[in-house]
Amino acid sequence: MHPAPSIILFTTLSGLGFGMLAFLSLDVPAPRGWTAFWFFLIAYALAIGGLLASTFHLGHPERALKAFTQWRSSWLSREAWLAVGTLVLMGLYAIGLVFFDTRLRIFGIPGGLMAIATVVATSMIYAQMRTVPRWNHWSTPIVFLAYAIVGGALLTGRVELVRALLPLLLILQVFAWIDQDRHEKADDTNIATATGLGDRGRVHAFEAPHTGENYLTKEMVFRVGRKHAAVLKVAALLLAMILPTFLLFLPFHHTLAALAVLLHLAGVLIQRWIFFAEARHVVSFYYGR
Amino acid sequence: MTTLPQHTEKSLGLVIDLDTCVGCHACVTACKGWNTENYGAPLADKDAYGANPVGSFLNRVHSYEVQHEHGPAQLFHMPKSCLHCADAPCVTVCPTGASYKRVEDGIVLVNESDCIGCGLCAWACPYGAREMDPEEQVMKKCTLCVDRIYNENLPEEDRQPACVRTCPAGARHFGDLSDPESDVSKLVADRGGFELMPEQGTAPVNRYLPPRPRDEVPDFDVLAPFLEPVAEEPAGFLGWLDRTLSKVS
Repeated sequence: MHPAPSIILFTTLSGLGFGMLAFLSLDVPAPRGWTAFWFFLIAYALAIGGLLASTFHLGHPERALKAFTQWRSSWLSREAWLAVGTLVLMGLYAIGLVFFDTRLRIFGIPGGLMAIATVVATSMIYAQMRTVPRWNHWSTPIVFLAYAIVGGALLTGRVELVRALLPLLLILQVFAWIDQDRHEKADDTNIATATGLGDRGRVHAFEAPHTGENYLTKEMVFRVGRKHAAVLKVAALLLAMILPTFLLFLPFHHTLAALAVLLHLAGVLIQRWIFFAEARHVVSFYYGR
Repeated sequence: MTTLPQHTEKSLGLVIDLDTCVGCHACVTACKGWNTENYGAPLADKDAYGANPVGSFLNRVHSYEVQHEHGPAQLFHMPKSCLHCADAPCVTVCPTGASYKRVEDGIVLVNESDCIGCGLCAWACPYGAREMDPEEQVMKKCTLCVDRIYNENLPEEDRQPACVRTCPAGARHFGDLSDPESDVSKLVADRGGFELMPEQGTAPVNRYLPPRPRDEVPDFDVLAPFLEPVAEEPAGFLGWLDRTLSKVS
């Protein structure tokens, strides 16, 4: 799949933002006043920044409000509702903490749950795709959620929790990659079923319908990622998990913590790039690639 | 509404004969022509005369070679457009309700004024039947020429999809595949028509007719007996020369 920068930014930033909001809803004792203000500002900047980035890949962003109508069937529509619901509820919760020194649990608890649900809805947009075996896998929602939780814990300064979670995230990620490989290899769609000619002999694509590229080959038959996947996976693990863990075990300093956050962010961006670039869409069989 | 209908009154679709298709791409041209001049946004091309031309098409013809265990490889041409699936995954993923499946005839359509161009439906389709228009930035797909098949301004013989009407080989057929008595259903039953990627669970309406078995090449050559050498061993002067030279060398 084509790794569109807008979608990579969207899933990474909004994942972190909603993860952070989930932790802010749990905080006991909750931050108050200016401390709360800065925490919520960062969380909202990430969540809304990600959502805005996602509109850049739309052909008609001016019609984006219509995406709220089909929540009965569409995960994208559900995500839109959950994201807006989270932002409204957590906004009210933040107003209580920042301006009135009050913890409005009635907004905070459902807001935090909806933040988690938003991340799950985002991941289900990909996990529901039967056409992309790598995404149509148990690991998609779990890995998305795990990154959001670790990122949220990191950004809300839970050093001890993050130190424990980062190695677990590493194990989960490596296991997910290995099992995704197995799942993709085991998928029963191939050029034989795509053409229906497989029972006659070995099928290969002789001629494409056209000499150049088209929307499908640009969007779904992207191959660069598969070539460099191994190197990039090591880089992602190093940046997102290994180096931040190391930094967090050093004597605590705000600069080191900030560096850990930035390294983690860079690692997640690479992880998301691989998530898209490595995924093979079954339409590529029609193009013999 | 992007939930799928439980039942459609008809299942209009295409039956494409892989035995007959000669790969001329006339259906591609007819489709592009009709759908550029009629319903919906025209099918745009970009950089049409430049180095990297791209454009949206609703129908494309792929060519595949099948290598049999014995004998020469065979070439097949496979026109591919929307298969108007009964369980169309492109419809349910649509967040805006722009994509829908019609209850009256099962045609899958896009309401272009509701399409936000997110491209999710193209991801959900295993067949590559949907393409984003490079100019309009809305999703384009085969309409089964919904503006021809019911069009009373056209002569009756023209009330079928442009690709079917134009096919010079008669490889394309249009009709109601939910009616077992329709010509297309009988054709599918006679020839063993099949679905593309049945394991994807999309329940496509369109069917493909498999190539008929080719004539077998006989193991013997009917002319061989007449071409056998007249004399196995050289005789006469040549025989003497052969024997003598064999001794020397």
